[in-house]
Amino acid sequence: MASFNVLIAVALFYAVLLFVIAFAAERSAEKGRGGWLRSPLIYTLSLSIYCTAWTFYGAVGYAARSGLEFLTIYLGPTIVMIGWWWILRKLVRIGRSQRITSIADLVSSRFGKSTSLGVIVTLLMVLAATPYLALQLQSVTQSFAVFAAASGHQWEGQDLARVALWVAVGLAIFTILFGTRNLDANERHHGIVMAIAVEAVVKLFALVAVGVFVIWGVAGGPSQMIDMIDASPLSQWDQSTARWVGLTFLSGAAFLTLPRMFQVLVVENADEDHLRTASWAFPLYLLAMSLFVVPIAVVGLDLLSIGANPDLFVLTLPLSLGHNGLAMLSFLGGFSSATSMVIVATIALATMISNHIVTPIWLSSRGPGAVVSGDVRQLVIGARRLAIGGVLFLGYVYYRLSGGGAALAAIGLISFTGAVQVLPAMIGGIFWRGATRLGAIAGILVGLVVWLWTLFLPSFGPDAVIPVEVMYNGPFGLGFLRPEALFNITGMDRQIHAIMWSVTLNSIFFFFVSVLTFPRPLERLQGAQFVNVFEHSEGARAWTTSTAEAEDLLIMAQRILGSAEAQDLFLIEAQRQGKQGYLPEVTPDFVQVLERELAGSVGAATAHAMVGQFVQGASVSVEDLIAVADEAAQILEYSNRLEAKSAEQERTARQLREANEKLTALSIQKDAFLSQISHELRTPMTSIRAFSEILGEGGMTPDQLTRYSGIIHTEAVRLTRLLDDLLDLSVLENGQVTLNIQRGTVRDMLDRAVSAAAAGKAMTILRKLGDEALVLETDVDRLTQVFINLISNAQKYCDADRPVLRIDLHRASAGWVLDFTDNGSGIPKQSQQVIFEKFSRLTDHRKAGGAGLGLAICREIMVRLGGEISYLPGQGGAAFRVVLPGAH
Amino acid sequence: MGKRVLVIEDEPNIIEAISFILSRDGWTVHTHADGASANAKIRTTPPDLVILDVMLPGKSGFDILRDLRADDETASIPVLMLTARGQTRDREMAQRLGVTQFMTKPFSNAEVLESVRTLVAG
Repeated sequence: MASFNVLIAVALFYAVLLFVIAFAAERSAEKGRGGWLRSPLIYTLSLSIYCTAWTFYGAVGYAARSGLEFLTIYLGPTIVMIGWWWILRKLVRIGRSQRITSIADLVSSRFGKSTSLGVIVTLLMVLAATPYLALQLQSVTQSFAVFAAASGHQWEGQDLARVALWVAVGLAIFTILFGTRNLDANERHHGIVMAIAVEAVVKLFALVAVGVFVIWGVAGGPSQMIDMIDASPLSQWDQSTARWVGLTFLSGAAFLTLPRMFQVLVVENADEDHLRTASWAFPLYLLAMSLFVVPIAVVGLDLLSIGANPDLFVLTLPLSLGHNGLAMLSFLGGFSSATSMVIVATIALATMISNHIVTPIWLSSRGPGAVVSGDVRQLVIGARRLAIGGVLFLGYVYYRLSGGGAALAAIGLISFTGAVQVLPAMIGGIFWRGATRLGAIAGILVGLVVWLWTLFLPSFGPDAVIPVEVMYNGPFGLGFLRPEALFNITGMDRQIHAIMWSVTLNSIFFFFVSVLTFPRPLERLQGAQFVNVFEHSEGARAWTTSTAEAEDLLIMAQRILGSAEAQDLFLIEAQRQGKQGYLPEVTPDFVQVLERELAGSVGAATAHAMVGQFVQGASVSVEDLIAVADEAAQILEYSNRLEAKSAEQERTARQLREANEKLTALSIQKDAFLSQISHELRTPMTSIRAFSEILGEGGMTPDQLTRYSGIIHTEAVRLTRLLDDLLDLSVLENGQVTLNIQRGTVRDMLDRAVSAAAAGKAMTILRKLGDEALVLETDVDRLTQVFINLISNAQKYCDADRPVLRIDLHRASAGWVLDFTDNGSGIPKQSQQVIFEKFSRLTDHRKAGGAGLGLAICREIMVRLGGEISYLPGQGGAAFRVVLPGAH
Repeated sequence: MGKRVLVIEDEPNIIEAISFILSRDGWTVHTHADGASANAKIRTTPPDLVILDVMLPGKSGFDILRDLRADDETASIPVLMLTARGQTRDREMAQRLGVTQFMTKPFSNAEVLESVRTLVAG
């Protein structure tokens, strides 16, 4: 039993180690030091999730049962990588330019961002992955059982089922921790890719170690090994040409369409050039993985008792010969194979489920505006976590139903055949502009049904789902619909029969329905962008006009991308347009960029629907369609250039117009400024004069005396403060101010500001004292003055029943920033532009008390200090962001 | 009971000063601080004189004056405009809109009282 406990400890330790590696990789990627994470080597190693427990354990079993046929599983991907890498390149380019998140997203996006196709492909892939997940559960469970047996515990059916359940739960927790650790719902996972690369090395090393042990430690050297192989039954297997061709095609096609392969090949790809390296390096990896399969199988058949499960030779051979350390290594190899597959596959499936099923349902059930009010990110992450658990549970159910006894290779082929049903729509979609949404739906549905009928459902065993009667005589006695002899074609291999019929009927329906139906405008547009991805990467716009408010779009983007990323996106666009603040003009180009960013998180169809809720402009114009219909790329290029030119002219004209407006506004402003000053000075003066005259007349009661002289005093103070402010502002504006640069912490400055503002209305102030230790080298008094202004403004204007001000220090792209956000109703959009102007007080005077110079002074101070202050829209309440100067 | 004066003004201290001066002289003083509802207030309880500020929350004194003159029920009420914006342009604007008298802030208490007496008597 001791060794079994050691095994559990080793497995747990290994899982923790992987987690640490993933965590470290993610951290260095966040800090921008992750250059080495995006190397072609890591990319190539990450592709090795193709080699699952099926390959690790199952290939030996396959070889022991069917001879060299196991090689087809390696041959397919090798041919794809070496001969068809240009398909991969096209997929990667499309994935990049369209921000594709999964294979379901690819198909949905290509066919007009179709929600229904997203759902169909997602369901198909979940079904297809189920046997495969069951396979991983089975192999991990079996390998545990082998060690338990070695420690003298013979597990029976119930024990195995219990262990399998624990393995499923463990894997689910592991994947949730791994894949949905943070709230970032974006498509790339540096940490996971790194962990997979490490696992790739472990499993290769383990298999090679067992192989070396078998050849030199057991057989006695290569030449003896060859003699043993010649003498073994393996060399006498009949090789069926149909099976070789069929299975090579199947594995090559599955390599392209399996959700987990699509995830590492396309979604996680950081650089198209990595494909160049992978195109020769990955076949080498496969070669190394397959090199020792036959020797291990031969020696296993020779040494181990008849009836020993050949699927476990890799493990049982070292164990039976007393090499516990090697067996442990081999176990880790198998464990690596299973976990890396499960992690990536469930993450890919969970992404598909959350993007194509959960979010669209939520979106349509909540109606317009839902993206603004609900927390989309929490929903997406929650849906992904549930989906991971759900998918693994399905795998467990399949494991229980199928009896857990079938050979590993047979289960794997069922999954492959299911996933391959996407191939016609995918390949057709990226090479043939005539392919339509209805064609894709028809093809995939037909393929799905044939696959279910001929392979998936029968795999549960006779009478489990399909009654024996139907298996032999067809449904309703219709003989030509027998699951294993469609159209009365008998005598064929069961698997080849299923592959042939499902793919052929799928392709036929896809082709003919495509030819017979007309694509919708958005389909044409997407089709052209997919098929001609290398000719014009810019592409035509899907939005032509726009009525959306930038602030609404910002609020939505923050909910999905997270505040920092969304604010950056808007800030950069606003700067590009030469505008201040976070709200750029909503141009069709910008909407396009935004939609693509969102697509990277929630998929093309959902992103399109979300943006569509705000942007009521016509989606896809006649000109765009003409551009699409036009085959000549040069004409398109030319018109693009013309468009760019006229856009530039338009921009220049707009800038001129704005400058002119600004000048006019300036002279009007000067008049208004004088008139304002006059008003602000005369108002307190009026009270002072009136009451001093009253007092001068005499005859007041003592109460009246106190009251009226008090009023004179208050108004005199108000007058002085106004004069001080005006003087301050004019000094700051003329740049005559001398700064007193000192070092101080943000915490000290905020402490001073809070106590200086404490006289005002009661308000809760939330701070993160831990972060505020940041030291600034700046004019501490001036900066404190800005903070006082912002805090007392919140006290004056926040209209919540229980006013709360959140002061949050954090890093943004602009540097260290301090956000002051209250929970009131905020500042209306039309006023956001003017609040930093002089005398731009928004409410009536009595409540405010100031003259409306505070924010104007703040802005001038920040300009002098080399920082920045701006209004941060879309935060619920009023929010000001101060970019801190002189941070250390 | 004295004649009624309605003071439309939003600075509390100025309201207090005017109220004091007029009450002491025997006038009944009502005050109203909001611009938007000022015309309705004048209509429901028509005073003998309106003292009107220009910079009011909700609606400016000029707009109130224009609407007051356009309404038959209130068109004949005398209006004394008091404003802190003393430019000629403002005075001309007030006269064009039919103000009865225009004074700039700060004012002398005696002058205000004198004007009120003249305007109501006349």
